[in-house]
Amino acid sequence: MLSPTQINSRLERILLKVQKPGRYVGGELNITVKDWEATQTKVALVFPDIYDIGVSNVGLKILYDQVNQRDDALAERAYVPWPDMEALMRENGIPLYSLETKHPLAEFDLIGFSIPYETLYTNVLNTLDLAGIPVRAEDRDESHPIIIAGGHSVMNPEPMHLFVDAFAIGEGEEVIHDIINVIMSLRATEGSEAISASTGGLPRRRFTAPRNDILLALAQIPGVYVPRFYETYYMDDGTVSHTEALVEGIANPVVKRMVAKLPPPPTKFIVPNIDIVHNRVSVEIMRGCTRGCRFCHAGMITRPVRERSVEEIVRAAEEAVAATGFEELALLSLSSSDYSHILELVTAIGEKFEGRHLTVSLPSLRIESVSIDLMEKLRQRRAGGFTLAPEAATERMRRIINKYIPDEDIINTTREIYRRGWTTVKLYFMIGHPSETLEDVQAIADLAKRVLAEGRKVIGMKAKLHIGANTFVPKPQTPFQWVSVDTVEQIEAKQELLRRELRDRNIKLSWSEPQETLLEAWLSRGDRRIAEVVYTAWRNGAKFDAWGEQMRYDAWMDAFAQHGLDPAFYTHRQRRTDEVFPWEHITAAVRKNFLFQDFRMSLEGEIRVDCRLNCYACGILPTFSNERRANPGKVWMCPDVRSPAAPRKELESQKLEVLNAP
Amino acid sequence: MRLRITFSKQDALRYTGHLDLQKIWERTARRARLKLAYSEGFHPQPKIQLASALPLGFSSRAEVADLWINSEPDLETLPAHIEANAPSGLRIIEVEPVDDRAPALQTQVTTANYEVTLLDETGEASLTRRLSALMDAESLPRERRGKSYDLRPLIEDLRLGKTPDGSLRLDMRLSAREGATGRPDEVLDELGIPIEAARVERTRLVFKS
Repeated sequence: MLSPTQINSRLERILLKVQKPGRYVGGELNITVKDWEATQTKVALVFPDIYDIGVSNVGLKILYDQVNQRDDALAERAYVPWPDMEALMRENGIPLYSLETKHPLAEFDLIGFSIPYETLYTNVLNTLDLAGIPVRAEDRDESHPIIIAGGHSVMNPEPMHLFVDAFAIGEGEEVIHDIINVIMSLRATEGSEAISASTGGLPRRRFTAPRNDILLALAQIPGVYVPRFYETYYMDDGTVSHTEALVEGIANPVVKRMVAKLPPPPTKFIVPNIDIVHNRVSVEIMRGCTRGCRFCHAGMITRPVRERSVEEIVRAAEEAVAATGFEELALLSLSSSDYSHILELVTAIGEKFEGRHLTVSLPSLRIESVSIDLMEKLRQRRAGGFTLAPEAATERMRRIINKYIPDEDIINTTREIYRRGWTTVKLYFMIGHPSETLEDVQAIADLAKRVLAEGRKVIGMKAKLHIGANTFVPKPQTPFQWVSVDTVEQIEAKQELLRRELRDRNIKLSWSEPQETLLEAWLSRGDRRIAEVVYTAWRNGAKFDAWGEQMRYDAWMDAFAQHGLDPAFYTHRQRRTDEVFPWEHITAAVRKNFLFQDFRMSLEGEIRVDCRLNCYACGILPTFSNERRANPGKVWMCPDVRSPAAPRKELESQKLEVLNAP
Repeated sequence: MRLRITFSKQDALRYTGHLDLQKIWERTARRARLKLAYSEGFHPQPKIQLASALPLGFSSRAEVADLWINSEPDLETLPAHIEANAPSGLRIIEVEPVDDRAPALQTQVTTANYEVTLLDETGEASLTRRLSALMDAESLPRERRGKSYDLRPLIEDLRLGKTPDGSLRLDMRLSAREGATGRPDEVLDELGIPIEAARVERTRLVFKS
């Protein structure tokens, strides 16, 4: 294997031939470089997209800090080279390496992928291949690193089950330590028999235990799913019958990990030496969301809501800006307006950073004039536009998705935004919601035109409007997991309507290509059989599927055909109410019954308001009753229920009371 | 206060371009709590001037930047303080206050010196021949970004030497005036040396006195 020095000297010869060579050299401020030889366990953290996208990822930053805080472990980073660099690396025999010390990825003990969205799957395969590590888990032996993956997409891990040794389901802050401890106990130590084996020209053994034993030990950790120890059985119609654990003592279902109290947020963010996407520092103000929008994957899988205190957030923001010098600060959450002390927080942040030329962004604001007050308190430059997400434009549709905002609120709020000095309003809608018709889409166009007309009354022709209209993909572990995806023809008709209706030089319309939506849907909703399709598509050249122009639809269709699978089976089929989903042995602790009931309510157009007020018994509290008991009061935003540890029967009746209330 | 900072740009920072370097100075100043001055207007920009753009991939031990700040730092400790807040690869050589109304830095550069280490070149005699031919030429017409220009008058001096470890080295002195800038990579191209087979370091920027 090449040494870091050899890698460096080969890099020197190729870096000036690629776009943005700064992606491939590391050396950024705030990285952690430990003594390679003196540190026992080595972890490579990989974001499977290019540097420009990955370097600001908060999830990996949290893990980077968690690992590097230990004396006995180190974490380094790697991202995926853009095709120009990949070609030169392959041509010059340079394996994928870590940015911190330029060690080949194959020299690490553990490689952790963060996979927030499904269109990164082929990049994970390509990363392993570039690192010289067998892509399929079954082909790896004791000389290879253990490959783990986490992130939102792994709430359905099956399409990647052939390639990843172990999935970390849920939040990573704690489970990463459990995983490292297992790896550490089974890693070969210097001078042991395992090392001396390498002198005979045999591959160096990294672990003292057989690979299967290491994975079995990992499978004992709560929240860790090791697919080789499970088997899925199918019905004659191709749907899943059930998934079985093949060995004793491992979980089925695997319940996600959840950090009962959020640890202090990272502040020493890595400051890139080149321009990247989201070139800023972020502080997560709260995790989870109580709104219960039925389309929202994050809202269902990140429960319960846990907030940080105003004091902790302000202190972290101050530290982060001091440590990085970034000119932009993002206060992250799924729904900023719902943070309990949002007014107090923005007032404190606004005062603290006044006159320091810092842009503060506050995403996901509710559609009400208070949101404009919040933005004003942050003394925002008006140039960036003001973003709101109504998602749908008819009352029927808003009831179905459980995000109910009357037209008048949207008109009044946007008019006020224009009046207070913003010239651009951005409204995010989705097309393809369950049972959506062309009339519902027409309503999006009508509403957009009204918003702009009102804006023009206030500021004239300066008023601009951006309309985002991506296509909805029904995600696993949500109330909409039973619904089908629009066909390409349906999507095209809806997009055509919007393009036709919104022809105005002051309206900018953006949408997602139907083929990209379908790919995301296959990968989100796939079962174990899709893994072979992913493999074949990658062999056929699919990679960077999230990058429009790189996506190769034909490679995917060929791969489906080669494995005799019908893509429509995964996307355009209404699911039976009693269908077993391929992801049911994985749970976010939100019960299937709860999801189904919520789905039925959507068909009736019934709304469920904020669950901070009323508990609808989603399943979080009984699953995590011990954690709740250890963190009483205001740490979680779940309302007090009579007994969090109550048996299911009692909770069911309580839920019925709530539902029957007028 | 206007500070003139002479600094080196090495290692990973070689792959940071001119615009990104501007950002690096903005962030370094913020971390060092220097209170950068900003321009007036709708989009206030920090007042930073870089003397001369350094092509991507080249290192330097003689870059110069001017920063306008609204604080009165201790000039004694300032170089170390700035360096402690800068990314690795950026070392401070000198910091001195200059007259606020002095002309813009980039208008004052006249020439730049470069040391070019040749990684693959071994034939000293052949290289000497090519060098003389180049220096004897009346003109060296070339094209850069669709514009034709003459490289020859931009080369003020070009000599062959050796590095301490015995590799061949070219020492270049090229014009660096606004609108008349000679690039070392263009000189190398004229000599038939591919850029990836050379390590270029800027060693000096010469200003109008």
